[in-house]
Amino acid sequence: MARRVMWNLAESVPQYSKIDKIIESYSCEELALIAILQEIENLYGYLPAWALRHVSEKLSVPMTQVYGVASFYDAFHLTPRGKNLIRVCLGTACHVRGGQRVIEELERKLNMEVGETAKDLSFTLERVNCLGCCALGPIVMIDENYYGHMSPAKVGSLIKRFQ
Amino acid sequence: MVTLTINGTRVQAEEGSTVLEVARFYGFDIPTICYHDELTPYGACRLCMVEVDDGRRTRLVASCLYPVKEGIKVRTHTERVINGRKLLLELLLARCPNSKTLQDLASKMGLEKVRFKMENENCILCGLCVRMCAEQMGSGAIGFVGRGQKREVVTPFREASEICRNCGACMFICPVVELQCRGVKSPGELCNSCLVFTPQCLEKYGNVMCTLESCGACVEKEEK
Amino acid sequence: MKKIRSRGHLEEIRRKLLERKESEKRCITISSGTCGRVRDSQKVVEAIYDSVKKHGAGDKVCVRVTGCHGFCQVAPIVVIYPDGIFYQRVKAKDAEDIITKTILNNRIVNRLLYVDPTTEEKIVYEKDVPFFRKQMRLLLGNNRFVDPTKLEDYIAVEGYKALCKVLFEMKPEEVIEEIKKSGLRGRGGAGFPTGVKWESCRKAEGDIRYVVCNADEGDPGAYMDRSLLEGNPHSIIEGMIIGAYAIGAHDGYIYVRYEYPLAIENTRIALDQAREYGLLGKNILDSGFDFDIKIAMGGGAFVCGESTALMASIEGKMGEPRAKYIHTVERGLWNKPTNLNNVKTWANVPLIINNGADWYSKIGTEKSKGTGIFSLVGKINNTGLVEIPMGTPLRQIIYDIGGGIPGSKKFKAVQTGGPSGGCIPEKLLDLPVDFEKLTEAGSMMGSGGMIVMDENTCMVDMARYFLDFLADESCGKCFPCREGIKRMLEIVVDITKGRAKEEDLGLLQELAEMVKDFSLCGLGKTAPNPVLSTLRYFRDEYGAHVRDKKCPAGICKDLIEYFILEDKCTGCGACLKLCPQQAIQGEPKKLHIIDPTKCIRCGICRDACPYESIMVK
Repeated sequence: MARRVMWNLAESVPQYSKIDKIIESYSCEELALIAILQEIENLYGYLPAWALRHVSEKLSVPMTQVYGVASFYDAFHLTPRGKNLIRVCLGTACHVRGGQRVIEELERKLNMEVGETAKDLSFTLERVNCLGCCALGPIVMIDENYYGHMSPAKVGSLIKRFQ
Repeated sequence: MVTLTINGTRVQAEEGSTVLEVARFYGFDIPTICYHDELTPYGACRLCMVEVDDGRRTRLVASCLYPVKEGIKVRTHTERVINGRKLLLELLLARCPNSKTLQDLASKMGLEKVRFKMENENCILCGLCVRMCAEQMGSGAIGFVGRGQKREVVTPFREASEICRNCGACMFICPVVELQCRGVKSPGELCNSCLVFTPQCLEKYGNVMCTLESCGACVEKEEK
Repeated sequence: MKKIRSRGHLEEIRRKLLERKESEKRCITISSGTCGRVRDSQKVVEAIYDSVKKHGAGDKVCVRVTGCHGFCQVAPIVVIYPDGIFYQRVKAKDAEDIITKTILNNRIVNRLLYVDPTTEEKIVYEKDVPFFRKQMRLLLGNNRFVDPTKLEDYIAVEGYKALCKVLFEMKPEEVIEEIKKSGLRGRGGAGFPTGVKWESCRKAEGDIRYVVCNADEGDPGAYMDRSLLEGNPHSIIEGMIIGAYAIGAHDGYIYVRYEYPLAIENTRIALDQAREYGLLGKNILDSGFDFDIKIAMGGGAFVCGESTALMASIEGKMGEPRAKYIHTVERGLWNKPTNLNNVKTWANVPLIINNGADWYSKIGTEKSKGTGIFSLVGKINNTGLVEIPMGTPLRQIIYDIGGGIPGSKKFKAVQTGGPSGGCIPEKLLDLPVDFEKLTEAGSMMGSGGMIVMDENTCMVDMARYFLDFLADESCGKCFPCREGIKRMLEIVVDITKGRAKEEDLGLLQELAEMVKDFSLCGLGKTAPNPVLSTLRYFRDEYGAHVRDKKCPAGICKDLIEYFILEDKCTGCGACLKLCPQQAIQGEPKKLHIIDPTKCIRCGICRDACPYESIMVK
């Protein structure tokens, strides 16, 4: 999952050299587009428009293709996300064990809907595809930390932990 | 050249051509939406599905993409195919009820009612505009963005495109944006008025002037 | 270890490694795959290393950090070989006892032993653990003996022996014949005969060919591919080199979903090592054969598990599938002949070459050979990865290996094949696990996920869940899938909310059939399966939702009500305090009452009640 190296609140100032370095590490190959975008996403927490334009130019790949790829995959985001990522697994095993109720309680306690980011960009709540840790379902991830065997009752104390 | 059968009729076709091209050449009516003979076939609308028996098995294939093969038996209007096409059109009309092209297609198939919750979109995501812009106009200013329910056709960043030359080809080719029907009164109901009439050329010439497709002349108002 | 220059050199290295193993006293193996790490297995590893050092036990024992052992319910697992002493749910603080008691004094740490829930006896040895007893762990079993970051471990378990046999004793056509003879079928879901696929790819026109490993594993609830790739990446690499040789490819890709960082990392390490030691790259083992593998990362899209979408993704495009009237073995990656196989399929290849097609074809059923690896999850006591010969009855998997349903609840159905599959009800539990038999029952084998459901699972809600998933994951290109799934979802949501009419079920069936017939790719074509199979086996449940506006399983919020049983409530007030809607009223030590107009059925009160007095109707 995304390792957030540098989380940047303010409008990112174009850092073309950083992007160039990434692209060159993949020998400027078109087939590395997803991997390149992944590294940019890790750097900024999302894909700034100036970075996407630069990738299109340097890789000689049409802007429609770069923008299309950036919009298609779950790993990529075109708007900044929150500093802390709260991700709830929506895998079948977690669902069967009551994952839906956990999501609903999170929405109630955080006063927002799944997929939204807090106005002050402090956190984002999202559903995520199966994490493959079904023995511990239902699972909630906050940044790099996993919290297994979640239930609606445990949500309150979980949120207090990181707030 | 290969020999195949379409609806029981033996026809010959050049290798490399698709079942749709051959069928239309011989006058068999297969409806399409996302197909245009000047653009690469896309295979998205699935209206052109036909049943093909290749000797080993019978299956449904998209005729705009399926290459002709020696000895295949093609059937363009089986019950499975007709029912599927009708349901597809119903789904499309639920999305874009004001499109005359869709309504005409639906009427031809005998569709009278749409059983789904109606929306009011302007695009069915057939991709004709995208391919037109990229292939015929050499621009590629618009493209598909997003996945599934969020899919749409836009310019990168939804900004005014620098490579768009305002040629209007995308609007020209669009089956939905042009010819907006204004006749539909209640949601879900189709009036079928456009197609259920006597062609004027019958009166004037004593003969229907087109054999393959309605020429649309009837729709134009008579000059006064 | 230096670069391996030839077959003889590899055999020499293997011999030395096995000698060293013989002379080693014991080995502490710690399972530390992704699931284990979530339970702090890495801390256990550190603690063990510290304890070994502290007590100077380095000459008595070696430590091996491996991937997943499969019994995820009790992870982290520590096994001490060669005895096979099996410790479960190990924590960092247990390390001291393991070293001081078991290693230094040959005593068992009783509290770490697995307790058989039926007999209540403590099990000391791995081979006696019921979960493992009925399995045939030809592939997953090696995870216990291999540290995925150490090539030598793989070599010590016959690693790359099959490759040598292939490169130096067999012609490419002979390799294909052997795979064909074995009866191996694709483990990605469709079950296409692997040997036949390889042959078509070899025969296709063109000079450049590719081999690809599909490690996208999008099915929610399935994680066996991850465990294999994380725990034993070389087994897949070896399989791919053999396949490339047989097909005539010189470049390969392993496409891993980005949600598996440990698998990506371990694969990268393995590939680097293989290259360093001459097992990948130019002139492998001095055979004259060139082949190398790159890792391609997924961006997060379930549809990229489909072969043509996967290839589009590798090419740097959106993951849109295309029609397969011209197969990918003829025109795939960059329009060149491409052979794509699943992780488990590739892992089976060295096994077949080493032991022979005859041996392999004796395992399994007439049409489904070999073993299958399944992830057993959901309402099951022993969550984990199960490897059994094809043909094993589902009942055996769920009860003998899985340990049955927790809380003595009643089994209701098992979903196989993920969102593309269907549910198997109780009356069909004697069905053997086999490609054809599962498809006949309205489901499919799929990648191998098995999600067990009990009496408290609503099948209509499950259909809604899968449709919701597929609606989000559909690429959106073709109309039937995009519009059809959307409308099927609308109808099923209406059913769960009690807003549906009888004719809606007919419309649902119509839509399902059209989407199945007309969709462009496998995702759309199989999307109606969950709906169709739940309609087939649980029609009554749909009927209850539509006609009676009731949810028998007690799940669909709009159709249930919570109420407190008078004779069980003690008035403790636990529920009242926690209710987010303040919907419960009552005085201390007196019966509490839930106001149904305020109650949102969140379930917090039910979890909190110590007397199980809150019921659903």
